[in-house]
Amino acid sequence: MNETVTMPPMRPVDVAEREGPKAPVGETVFDIQGLTVRYGSNAAVKDVDVEIYKNLITAVIGPSGCGKSTFIRCLNRMNDTIPGFNLDGRLLYHGVDLYGDGVEPIEVRRRIGMVFQKPNPFPKTIYDNVAWAPRVLGMKKGLDERVERALTSAALWDDVKDRLKKSALSLSGGQQQRLCIARAIAIEPEVLLLDEPASALDPIATQKIEELMQQLKRDYTIVIVTHNMQQAARVADRTAFFSLQVEGSERFGVLVEYDDTEKLFTAPSDRRTEDYVTGRFG
Amino acid sequence: MSTVPAAEALRGTQRLRDWIGDRLLLVLTLLAALASIALMALIAWRVFRGASLSWSTFGLGFLTGTTWDTNAGVFGAGTLLYGTAVTSLMALVIAGPLAIAIALFLSELAPRWIREVIGPLVEMLAAVPSVVLGLWGILVLGPFAANHIEPWLNNWFGWIPLFSGDPSSSGVFVAGLILAIMVVPIVASICRELFLAVPSELEDGALALGATRWEMVRGIVLSSSKPGIAAALILGLGRALGEAIAVTQVIGSATAINVSLFAPGDTLASRIAAQFQGAVTKLQISSLFYLAAILLVIGLLTNLIAQLIVRRYEVQRAAG
Amino acid sequence: MATAEQALNLRGGGRSRRRRWANRLAEVVATLAALTAVAVLAIVVLSIAKRGLSEISWSFLTEPLPLFGQPGGGIAPLIVGSAILVAIATLIALPLGVLAALFLSEFASRRVAAPIQLVFDLMSGLPSVILGVFVFGLLVYGHTQSGIAGGFALSIVMLPLIARSTQETLRLVPDSQRDGALALGASRWRVVLGVVLPSALGGILTGTVLAIARAAGETAPLLFTTSIYLNSVQSDPRNALPNMPVQIFIWSESSDPEDHKRAWATALVLLAFVLLTSLLARAALHRSRRKLGQ
Repeated sequence: MNETVTMPPMRPVDVAEREGPKAPVGETVFDIQGLTVRYGSNAAVKDVDVEIYKNLITAVIGPSGCGKSTFIRCLNRMNDTIPGFNLDGRLLYHGVDLYGDGVEPIEVRRRIGMVFQKPNPFPKTIYDNVAWAPRVLGMKKGLDERVERALTSAALWDDVKDRLKKSALSLSGGQQQRLCIARAIAIEPEVLLLDEPASALDPIATQKIEELMQQLKRDYTIVIVTHNMQQAARVADRTAFFSLQVEGSERFGVLVEYDDTEKLFTAPSDRRTEDYVTGRFG
Repeated sequence: MSTVPAAEALRGTQRLRDWIGDRLLLVLTLLAALASIALMALIAWRVFRGASLSWSTFGLGFLTGTTWDTNAGVFGAGTLLYGTAVTSLMALVIAGPLAIAIALFLSELAPRWIREVIGPLVEMLAAVPSVVLGLWGILVLGPFAANHIEPWLNNWFGWIPLFSGDPSSSGVFVAGLILAIMVVPIVASICRELFLAVPSELEDGALALGATRWEMVRGIVLSSSKPGIAAALILGLGRALGEAIAVTQVIGSATAINVSLFAPGDTLASRIAAQFQGAVTKLQISSLFYLAAILLVIGLLTNLIAQLIVRRYEVQRAAG
Repeated sequence: MATAEQALNLRGGGRSRRRRWANRLAEVVATLAALTAVAVLAIVVLSIAKRGLSEISWSFLTEPLPLFGQPGGGIAPLIVGSAILVAIATLIALPLGVLAALFLSEFASRRVAAPIQLVFDLMSGLPSVILGVFVFGLLVYGHTQSGIAGGFALSIVMLPLIARSTQETLRLVPDSQRDGALALGASRWRVVLGVVLPSALGGILTGTVLAIARAAGETAPLLFTTSIYLNSVQSDPRNALPNMPVQIFIWSESSDPEDHKRAWATALVLLAFVLLTSLLARAALHRSRRKLGQ
């Protein structure tokens, strides 16, 4: 009863079909040099060199376990919370080493926001979810306007404006994720890090998030981790491809290729990139 | 497709033995459960029955009467209710914040290896038998409090009626301290479980917004655990309310209400422990039963209230 | 949007510094709180050890109690008495508790289980002085004190503890084991006694040991049911049995420093027993929970 069926190789997504002019590369926001991350004695990523540019959407793609989340969590020092975390190399944010002496993680995180894979709204009202961080950080004036602005930018205001005092947990998954985006925007960051923001959402909610990202990139620099190649091809201006490298008993992630999205998908320079985007593995 | 050999082998005696065995097990376990319920009911009934003489003599006025005179045959729980309230409240005021801080230390702050050492140590505090703690209270803590703590309080805060009066090595103050030591591990271990149950994604979410660890704890962990903390405090209160032995050892036994914490006092439980064996008249014994009945009602109430809060809390958490 | 100047000031200004200070303060307070608890435990244990150790010797543990007012003697009757009382209590509470827990876990529906659970929760929150008063009224009033009455009172302390810990252990036995045995055609009672109970034995044992440690230290249930001072070792539970907690209580209230010394030594013996058994039981519980895959 088993016939072997040969599947044709996947067509690379036709990136040229994307609308809009190609975004030019502008100011450098992150300059990452030789980044190597270890947890205890295990390396997670080794020797990453990459520059992230302002007001662009940069996607980080690659197979599972190749250190994409680890990489992105370095950018806002969230890995500090993990015991055994160890970082080599330099991670410059507007020329300042994020891991240098005297740099306070809470200041870093105020400017570089993060949205997580699974929506994680606080068990508070919708209003308080957005207002909590500004209050804590001391932005007490004009709180109502700030909340409204953030929810509007996250394309959620119309949905919730009549029920701001309701629990955030009463929202749908997609709405909760947009609430998390609003929460991050409310404190006026410069950068938004999105760690697989739509992977827990249905296709319609995903589409809303992707449209939202296109609007947000006007005001914010966005780095998005995604395991969904098509999503990267749809939204990202530049794409970084990570892959797993095995050396003896060590397995760690490396940055294989980083380029303009269209080029990476249609004419990748590295064989490994080509294998991944054409679906031959991963 | 294939036959089920087990079904064929199930013959006469085997079937009967299984049927009997199943029924027997069900009956035995059911009886054990029913016996437990019956025991609880019996306890309540006999305590209330023992109090009936005193109840018919004094009625509800027993709760407010402050005389306890064995010779005159007049008994009242007023001073004891006061003493119970003051000692338990003092214990809660000291132990509550302390226990919450300890729970935060064990759940949020300490690295894993410290957690595994200090956690069990705090629980060991709960295992110390109350008579042993009371012995230590009489012979060590009492004198220490009388020589160092109470004079200092009297010096600085003597204008508050609570801290007026002469320092003494026995009394309400020492009893409150001993009760605080007993209450801390109970509240701490419940709160620790509560705090550990807060999902780490919520904590990450708060930290990613630039909050300090303390701001995250205050805004996310503590604020979402409020009902559970309340239940933990109530359970701790229940423990303090019911403690008889250690309290009677250090509290000095008094018959009048004194506003100073340093004066001797008495609680419902400690009065029972102190007088029950030597009780002579039927009325006295019945009055002691009456005290036990009050204690029973208070104990059941605190337990039920704590459970109610926990139940509402879990429903709230699930519904979102 | 952050300006370039803001981006460079990653050290934070005044407000940020105050927030970091508050954070540090909270850390210090929490650490101090934990250290206070440990310090209190250490002080209590060391006080008792310091004052009690000098009295303890082999003869102290094996000799009968001194005659009234006389120095010397030992606490053998107390140790034996406590052991018998706890044994009686365990004999009553263990089968009852395990059977009741089996009912709750294997047979009862949620609606039936709820009130029974409630009863056990209430029972475990009962002040133990009430248990003493209750058993006094039931078994002692009109008769005499006895070891059986004392043991029964202690069993009421142990019953809800054993029931609860047995229930938790039974809950950890995966349903797949029960289903597997049932699918093989085994009857209900065989599954429970042959599959479920054996897996749960370790947890039941440690729960019982913890309950024993608790009961061994209880004074109030014994105060009105078996509080007697007898010189020689008693072993007939139909009579009142001298025991450690009550005797410590009596000696602690005396004004004779000799009595205080004996109280410290007995307290040390009792404390050592309770703490050691509690620690061992908890360690075993930890390990068995981890083994059951939780």
